[in-house]
Amino acid sequence: MNGVEGFMYPNEIGLQWSVLIVLYPYITGLVAGAFILASLERVFRVEAVKPTYRLALLTALAFLLVAPLPLVLHLGHPFRSPEMYFTPHSTSAMAMFGYVYLWYLMAVLVLEIWLDYRREIVLLSQSSKGLLRLVYRVMTLGSANISERSLAIDERVGYIVTLVGIPSAFLLHGYVGFIFGSIKANPWWSSPLMPVVFIFSAMVSGIAGVMVLYMAISKLRKQAIDMRCVDTIGMYLFYIFIIDFSLEMLDLIHRIYEADESFRSLNFMVHTQLYFSHIVVQIFLGTLLPIVMLGVTQVVKLPEIARKRIYAVAGCLTLVGIFAMRWNVVIGGQLFSKSFLGFTTYKMSLVTKEGLLPAIFLTLLPLAFLWVLVKLLPPWSEKSVHEAAAAD
Amino acid sequence: MNISRRQILILLPAAAVAWKSVLAGTPEASPNYRMSDHWWSMLIDIPKCIGCGNCVRACQTENDVPDGSFRTWVERYHVTDENMISPQVISPDGGKEGFPVAQEDAGKYFFVPKMCNHCADSPCTQVCPVGATFISPDGVVLIDPKYCLGCAYCVQACPYGCRYIHPEKKVADKCTLCYHRITKGLTTACCEACPTGARQLADLKNPNDPIHEFLKTHSVQVLKPQMATGAKVFYNDMDGSVR
Repeated sequence: MNGVEGFMYPNEIGLQWSVLIVLYPYITGLVAGAFILASLERVFRVEAVKPTYRLALLTALAFLLVAPLPLVLHLGHPFRSPEMYFTPHSTSAMAMFGYVYLWYLMAVLVLEIWLDYRREIVLLSQSSKGLLRLVYRVMTLGSANISERSLAIDERVGYIVTLVGIPSAFLLHGYVGFIFGSIKANPWWSSPLMPVVFIFSAMVSGIAGVMVLYMAISKLRKQAIDMRCVDTIGMYLFYIFIIDFSLEMLDLIHRIYEADESFRSLNFMVHTQLYFSHIVVQIFLGTLLPIVMLGVTQVVKLPEIARKRIYAVAGCLTLVGIFAMRWNVVIGGQLFSKSFLGFTTYKMSLVTKEGLLPAIFLTLLPLAFLWVLVKLLPPWSEKSVHEAAAAD
Repeated sequence: MNISRRQILILLPAAAVAWKSVLAGTPEASPNYRMSDHWWSMLIDIPKCIGCGNCVRACQTENDVPDGSFRTWVERYHVTDENMISPQVISPDGGKEGFPVAQEDAGKYFFVPKMCNHCADSPCTQVCPVGATFISPDGVVLIDPKYCLGCAYCVQACPYGCRYIHPEKKVADKCTLCYHRITKGLTTACCEACPTGARQLADLKNPNDPIHEFLKTHSVQVLKPQMATGAKVFYNDMDGSVR
């Protein structure tokens, strides 16, 4: 009956949170991770990753612009969502979303990108023509001062913004983890480790995402991939991935050893309905395999072409694995009954508001935004910027 | 009349707040009802429940509950010596039309009516991002359907599965303890329809309510006490296998 096995409370049979809510932590995770990668260069002076610095910032912005869309689309009354800003409920974790989001968007990401690009924006506002000129002029915010002193101030302020940005990125995604981790009614979610696991998995997905994007864009632009850069990113990805995996295993082992009242039910679910997405995709294909592949590049001296392929495959597998992790958290958390006596099934529709097609659209939308951003604010070297301006 | 810019700046937010309350409308009047005089709860006497489903039907009619969603439902437990940890539980269509005849003789059968526990420390009101769901001063957890976003966070947060998203209204919905009735001195629809008196509305602030004597003399529990929600639906003679 209705894909139900055993006993579900009658109101539990249909899932409340769909694939759109899977996308929400996935997208914010990519934002936070991409920003952390950018901060490696800016704050921690890891010069090797410089070629990805601007791309990482633009990627974070492109995904952040899309982040609230799956949430709003999921709401029964999307037009009431501004109430979260105007009359937030102080005890609700979800009520903070708007503020955390706006803070991160306006006070961190947009500000940092603007400061970093200000010189180019001013130059482009002078060299470009037509509508584009107007766009760049608006983006200068009325300031055409690109004197040495002014740029030095930009640099200093940008550094401070990045410093503030790192805890903000942690806040953005740790907070998303808290939304799930603080639900005591749901033993699959309720864990103080949840925000920490979310932060590390966010770093993993964001770093892998920017690495794959950088390699793909370099290929499209027929530019050589900076191997020193991707080697360094691969190394960071490997170590952060190990921390992330350790935390997830700690959570798993703790659950198995403690074996509380929910264990039988959750264990059954992991071995049946979630077996493919959790054990096969998340743990083996999406975590262990990329860790082993990245580990090989750390201990064996491989030729460049082999490393490139490993990074590309490991990066893509990581992105799939982290998506599976979000899926298993969100969907898995609703497949079992809170009576621990039964299970339901998630039936994803195709074209409805919360179906597969809107989910695919929302996954691709950030890439479209990124394309526009890259066109407007080329993240490549200055020479290329002027070439682009001249071409326009 | 001359109004300074300063006065406008003060008046505008005040006007916005006033306009909000105009939009909110006037609450239904209930003369002689003082919220602070009551603290509502419910007593469910499990041995008295015969699983007839009257309560479920009465609730659906009274509150226009859509098919497939339940403000209250009845579960039938079948517990044998071998499956005390995993009892067999059924609730076909929420028990609305009663239950099929039991097939096995072994073990015990009993019915457990379920509904919102109107928790004093309710996790559902805690998580609502806009405060659309709240506990009233008389101890009833309610939802403002004009304000609810339909985010379903409260549905996730309820440990008892008592909430749902209304399929047409697209807002969270649940038992209101027939608030429109109890504030007029009536009992709830489910209590009224129960042929055996298995459900009793109780007012913990009323010293003459028989609930006080009952709680003193019976072994009474709440569902999932480990959740520490301050549940106010009390179950008499509840088996340890009940979830």
